[in-house]
Amino acid sequence: MRSSGAIVLCVVLVAGCRLAADPPPGSAPGSDAGERSITAVSYGGSYARAVVRGYHESFTEATGVRVDLADFQGGLAQVRAQVEAGAVHWDVVDLSVAETVSGCDEGVLELIDPSILPAGPGGELPEDDFLPEMNTECGVGNLLFSSIFAYNREVLTGPPPTRLADFFDLERFPGRRGVRRSPEAILEMALMADGVPKDRLYDVLSTPEGLERVFRKLDTIKDQVVWWDTSAQAPQLLADGEVLMTMAANGRIFNAQVLEGQPFVIVWDGQVLNRGQLAIVAGTPRLEDAMRFVQHAARAESMAGVGRYIAYSPARYSAEELIDRHFETGTEMWPHMPTNPANMKNHLMTDWQWWADHGDEMLERFTAWLAR
Amino acid sequence: MTSQGSPSVSQPPARPLWRRALGPRLRAAGLALPLVAFVSVTFLGPMLSLLTKSFYDPEVADALPETMAALRDWDGQGTPSDEAFAAVAREFVAARQERTLGRTANRVNRVVSGMRSTIMGGSREMVDAAAAAEAAGVEMDGAFWRETMIGIDSRWGEPEHWRALQAAGQRLTARHYLKALDFERGPDGGYQRAPEVWRIYVPLFWRTFLVSLGVTLLCLVIGYPVAHMIANSPPKRANVLLLLVLLPFWTSLLVRTTSWIVLLQNQGIVNDFLVAIGLIGDDGRIAMIYNMTGTFVAMTHVLLPFLVLPLYSVMRAIPPAHMNAAVSLGATPFQALRRVYWPQTLPGVGAGCLLTFILAIGYYITPALVGGQSGQLISNMIAYHVQTSLNWGLAAALAALLLGGVTLLYVVYDRLVGIDRIGLG
Repeated sequence: MRSSGAIVLCVVLVAGCRLAADPPPGSAPGSDAGERSITAVSYGGSYARAVVRGYHESFTEATGVRVDLADFQGGLAQVRAQVEAGAVHWDVVDLSVAETVSGCDEGVLELIDPSILPAGPGGELPEDDFLPEMNTECGVGNLLFSSIFAYNREVLTGPPPTRLADFFDLERFPGRRGVRRSPEAILEMALMADGVPKDRLYDVLSTPEGLERVFRKLDTIKDQVVWWDTSAQAPQLLADGEVLMTMAANGRIFNAQVLEGQPFVIVWDGQVLNRGQLAIVAGTPRLEDAMRFVQHAARAESMAGVGRYIAYSPARYSAEELIDRHFETGTEMWPHMPTNPANMKNHLMTDWQWWADHGDEMLERFTAWLAR
Repeated sequence: MTSQGSPSVSQPPARPLWRRALGPRLRAAGLALPLVAFVSVTFLGPMLSLLTKSFYDPEVADALPETMAALRDWDGQGTPSDEAFAAVAREFVAARQERTLGRTANRVNRVVSGMRSTIMGGSREMVDAAAAAEAAGVEMDGAFWRETMIGIDSRWGEPEHWRALQAAGQRLTARHYLKALDFERGPDGGYQRAPEVWRIYVPLFWRTFLVSLGVTLLCLVIGYPVAHMIANSPPKRANVLLLLVLLPFWTSLLVRTTSWIVLLQNQGIVNDFLVAIGLIGDDGRIAMIYNMTGTFVAMTHVLLPFLVLPLYSVMRAIPPAHMNAAVSLGATPFQALRRVYWPQTLPGVGAGCLLTFILAIGYYITPALVGGQSGQLISNMIAYHVQTSLNWGLAAALAALLLGGVTLLYVVYDRLVGIDRIGLG
């Protein structure tokens, strides 16, 4: 009996170790002798495909430097951790402006000299060609994306929602809601739906009473919310009928519409626009190649390349003119872009300065609220 | 052992006993050395260094030495001296230009939420104010900075925010433990419970404890008959049954957890089946996942083998004759089970329950995947502070409390039951 007990104990211990083992970390970039490479990090799924086709491939063609793709779900945490640990294996990261500004303040991102920005295809000067506030000290603008809410026409068969307030209206539209597990955009949406005028929104959000008000509004739908973490989950939840409506990044819904033929509808009312940038992790040993990569991505052709795969608006005016149809399906892209005036009748531009200053605080408060 | 050789004249005088025993002991210790070294490097070292972070945090003190010196004698009432204003301004402006202020601001923000925006937003204007004053030839003394800083942000006129700065600058600190227990320092320096919206950790500890207890009991109720059946089957059948218990064991945890999503989700197999047989309507699908139910079901499934296996090995050692004897002496089957069989399985029950409970209390991936928001446990919060908020001090404090809780439980168990009564067969 002793021996069988020992065997059982061994099995238990071995399995225990296996359970305790962490999932493998993102594989380190290859270090084949002679071959140069950098690691570019972005949000995975259909967006990653768009950036690979949009400018990763052409960068490798032009320079011979291989681009390894890594996925993350946004945020500075991993960048901070890598810099703090002195083990930088990411080189270029896709971030929102608020994040690059925070990261810049903390010294975890490299400063980028604006003089490296290339001119437009018609010789347009970068300072005139980039949309306002696209570039900051540590970040080079690449696109504008939007947080919207969408529904599945096959699941929501009654009268359709048309306004942002409908997302929070459980009486007229009973059913579960998909929301990203992050305070970004949903705080703004909740306040707008609660009737706070857009121009006073961030002032209200800065006061304790305003915060109370946001979370009171969110309390009204909390029971019905399915929280998602990765952008690709939002269209999946809609397709599975797990939620009646979901907040999502507009490009993900677009891709499900055109590539999978999903009967999804985007409600543009109250869309929250945000600026996306590329930034370089401080202390990367591959700084020179990373700079060249950012420079390459800042060309109007690169932005238009992304814009032919996913419906995110380019950061340069000259790139807007290069965007025509979806690369595979031939769908007209412009009507699906968040900066199309037809979609901008009621929109909010994210105040990145506010988020840079308050982001961590909001995340803390949001997490505390979620845990209750 | 006796020596076979002839006695030698040149034999050295006999060494004292303890020295003779030392050699073999050292050799034995040497054999264990690789393991000791391995455990120290991979387990004890990192654990101690992480636990140290729960009470030792030198970052702010190192970043703002002058400020901390100027604040040392401040009593926490009113506003601090002009020197403190001047020191803060000097160090903020310098740190901002070196791009290190953001990290400091993050640390201070953990003491009083909102300090990051006060420091980062304020320092931006302080840099401008310093430049303007220099251009105008105004002397930047303490009084100048007092006026400028309060003008930029009225919070610099409130003692609360200075106290936050002072507290963040303490190298040895209990604040992580206070936060982990939902307490905070009051304005008079005493301890008080945190405002209701911030009280999250104690309820989470309770939830973790109760869920672990519930899962352990559920495992026991389900696992006991299974273990009994395997132990009393003929060897061939027992092997097959054992394989059925072990098979999920060898399957990846993620696969098993994800299968529960497929089964239990709103449009999942179980709900589809219930709708198909008409037990529930299509709009009345039961929410069985992304909530506490999901956590319970998936954790019970994953942890079941940890209870079945120790039970099984203990039950196999119990001769069937005991039960037969009890019944032949007039006991009902239930009496025989309760008074003869059950007491003999107690060492296995103890081992299995303790193992299951301790594993459950640290569970993290399963609740993260199927727990939704209401099914999250304290480990998920520790993971959040390690990976997302990077507040390792608080994560370490939470982990230390969890470790302390489990140790306490172990000691209580030892006192009540006796740890030597635990048997794995």
